[in-house]
Amino acid sequence: MMMKSALLGAVAALGLAPAAFAERGADGHVNVLYWQAPSILNPYLSSGTKDVETSSLILEGLAGFDEKGVVFPRLAESVPTVENGGVSADLTQITWKLKAGLLWSDGTPVTSKDAKFTWEYCTHPEGGCAQAARYEGIKSIDTPDDLTIVITFDAPKPNPYQAFVGGTSPILQAAQFANCLGAAASTCTDQNFKPIGTGPFMVKDFKVNDVVELEANPNYRDPAKPAFATMTVKGGGDAQAAARAVMETGEFDYAWNTQINPEMQAQMAAAGKGVLLNGFGTLVERIEMNMTNPDPALPEGERSTPKHPHPFLSDIRVRKALSMAIDRQILVDIGYGSAGRPTCNIVPAPEMFASDNTDCLKQDMEGAKALLEEAGWTDSDGDGVRDKDGAKLKILYQTSTNPVRQDFQAVIKDWWTELGVEVELKNIDASVFFGGDAGSPDTFQKFYSDVEMYANNFDGTDPEPYLGQYLCDKIPGPDNQWQGENINRFCDPAYDALWNELSKTADIAKRAEIAKKLNDMLTKDSYTVVALVDRGRLSAAANTLGGVVLNTWDTELWNAQDWFRVK
Amino acid sequence: MTDTDLGIAPPESQLRAVWAQFRKHKGAMIGLIILVLLVIFSIFGPMVWNPEKLSVAEALKLKNKPPALAYPMGTDQLGRDVMQRMMYAGRVSLAVGFVAMVIAIVLGTTIGIIAGYFKRLDGWLMRLTDLFLALPLIPLLLVMVMLFRDRMAGVLGPEGGAFVLIVFAIGVTSWMHAARIVRGEVLALKEREYVLASRAIGATSRRVILRHILPNVISPVMVAATLGVAEAIITESVLSFLGLGFPPDFPTWGRILFEGLEYITLYPERVIFPGLAISLTVLSVNLIGDGLRDALDPRIRGR
Repeated sequence: MMMKSALLGAVAALGLAPAAFAERGADGHVNVLYWQAPSILNPYLSSGTKDVETSSLILEGLAGFDEKGVVFPRLAESVPTVENGGVSADLTQITWKLKAGLLWSDGTPVTSKDAKFTWEYCTHPEGGCAQAARYEGIKSIDTPDDLTIVITFDAPKPNPYQAFVGGTSPILQAAQFANCLGAAASTCTDQNFKPIGTGPFMVKDFKVNDVVELEANPNYRDPAKPAFATMTVKGGGDAQAAARAVMETGEFDYAWNTQINPEMQAQMAAAGKGVLLNGFGTLVERIEMNMTNPDPALPEGERSTPKHPHPFLSDIRVRKALSMAIDRQILVDIGYGSAGRPTCNIVPAPEMFASDNTDCLKQDMEGAKALLEEAGWTDSDGDGVRDKDGAKLKILYQTSTNPVRQDFQAVIKDWWTELGVEVELKNIDASVFFGGDAGSPDTFQKFYSDVEMYANNFDGTDPEPYLGQYLCDKIPGPDNQWQGENINRFCDPAYDALWNELSKTADIAKRAEIAKKLNDMLTKDSYTVVALVDRGRLSAAANTLGGVVLNTWDTELWNAQDWFRVK
Repeated sequence: MTDTDLGIAPPESQLRAVWAQFRKHKGAMIGLIILVLLVIFSIFGPMVWNPEKLSVAEALKLKNKPPALAYPMGTDQLGRDVMQRMMYAGRVSLAVGFVAMVIAIVLGTTIGIIAGYFKRLDGWLMRLTDLFLALPLIPLLLVMVMLFRDRMAGVLGPEGGAFVLIVFAIGVTSWMHAARIVRGEVLALKEREYVLASRAIGATSRRVILRHILPNVISPVMVAATLGVAEAIITESVLSFLGLGFPPDFPTWGRILFEGLEYITLYPERVIFPGLAISLTVLSVNLIGDGLRDALDPRIRGR
């Protein structure tokens, strides 16, 4: 009898075991590796991904983006829309409702005052808020009661999910940050290193640029979460070492941004300790065509400015031929493997904004040659380089120093040489190339070459500001210290007009349609931007870590509260 | 007086004596042979070894092949023949190494001798040397490349321009050690009896320097020079890595090494071959320098 009951007890214990993870802190410890170490835990004082994402374990916004780019409520009861009355019909007001009974990790209640304070904190004229763009266009924030936040905009805001949405604009505790407004913001070490939040974890110890020790937030709104009692976010090393730590040695459970070459990916996957997760966002590796003349013989200040159109790249047939000669699948295989896919679009996602433009995916060398012949570029002196009116078809092709980019350069040079184009390659140290120093001739904004290659993406899910970069008045030049975003010097009044229409349209389907049209105007209709590879994000997770969903629209740690240990 | 036969062989030319002594140095001979082989490999190799140029898609099917008969050093991640790249790279690396070394040694020796011999110039020249020693090389090169690359490329083409610029940049930033060593030697030498004697009979400074001092500082200069070659090859690699050196489609040993680094765990030969080439060059030049120093030293030569 004793024996039987003991056995029954054991069976019962076994039967209950799978449910054990539904208890807070039941799964022990989890190790996360951010090879770029976090240096601050306040996303308003740093735009570094590593800082924003680590902070998102502690601080939360009213809502977030899920892995499909859809807004879902976090601290808010629900997502306000025009349909449910949360957004006013004229698009100038949005009303958020907080969940009832929310507590900060120190046990005090979360109120609408905290949200209002956060807005004041970030928009303080003396403070250098890194996420100020999120609060642009807000006229006022009112708090009629403790749970209601009413945001009023200066003008109709077709995309109101900016402030308090996503990991880049969380809500700070007013009580903790009260003395940190404006110029004092960066001096509040305690607050910036140990913020009080509503997220699943809270800071136990933080060694700057090294390691963050976290423990489960006892006041987290879901009593069963997080499954892990403690978490370590460690920094240091590089992408390859990070991948190895998860995939081969198993020291870590999750590693962020493990961008490694396809060969390595295959080798590490074979070790069997973890999986590489990939998610596609909006990052597109592209070749930008210079519509203006970068000839060094031109006086400084006129080089690469709309004063002098490019001698041959201003002809669409030349641009199209250059694009047709490229086999994008080969580029993916060389550089990214499973973390990339060929694309012709500069807005490859979210799905509803992605154009069905796939013409460029197939390489057509003969077609490209015919197109150049048609444009009058023939090899009249038999040296393998096409010429026209005594000028050779010679291209200077620059990019930043990076092994994958140099491989791309070598391969694309081969194709273009076959096409009859002479190509000179140039690579520039990334810190100079992307440095934006108006005094340097080698920045990507100055664009002192015929074509250049780099990757760009947009923040969030709405491509409007991104497509707005190609407006005529965004052309970089000496008069604006070369700070414009229209790198190609593309200028088309029809494009400007269509973009203005986009900025006034609220209907989401209509917006998607216009965005697709704008994307096509830049890509398949003009070949101003020659998209090459849609680059995904690659992170590594151990097989024993469950619940991980890679999200490219918000922070990667967006659902750390749902992570658990696979037993 | 009549001619007396002292039983000694007629004095041979100095050059011959040096060569005879050099040949006795086993290490130096091995070094010389290796260096000559490397030079032949780089200069004449591409004429003999000239694999067919494949299209990108065809080449990619052959990527990452291990060394085999068809590809003695294997193929790289883009299916290019590594041996052919090594040959072309050798031309650049060796040329950069030697030319930069010559510039550095000529500059260093001149400044060292002048500083050591002429007391009035000593302070100024040595402070100049200190100044150059304190200059950080990479930022200096950054500025130089930024200012002059386009202009040089316009005159000499992208490769020629880069070559002149890099060689010059490495040369003018690596003469300081040679200058310091030489100055020290000269300070000691100029108090020696034969130098004093030469001065006493009214020899000009020029003659004293060229005839009595210069030949005696050759040995430390040789050592500095051989080390300089190695350093120049490595500095060039660093520059190419930072994107300041040659255009990316222009292979050098350093660049091949850096490209291979990413694949070191999978294909170690990608790093071993260029690494071996650089090490062999450096080692052989060092051995030659060692042998030359012995051969040029009359005290050792007699033995």
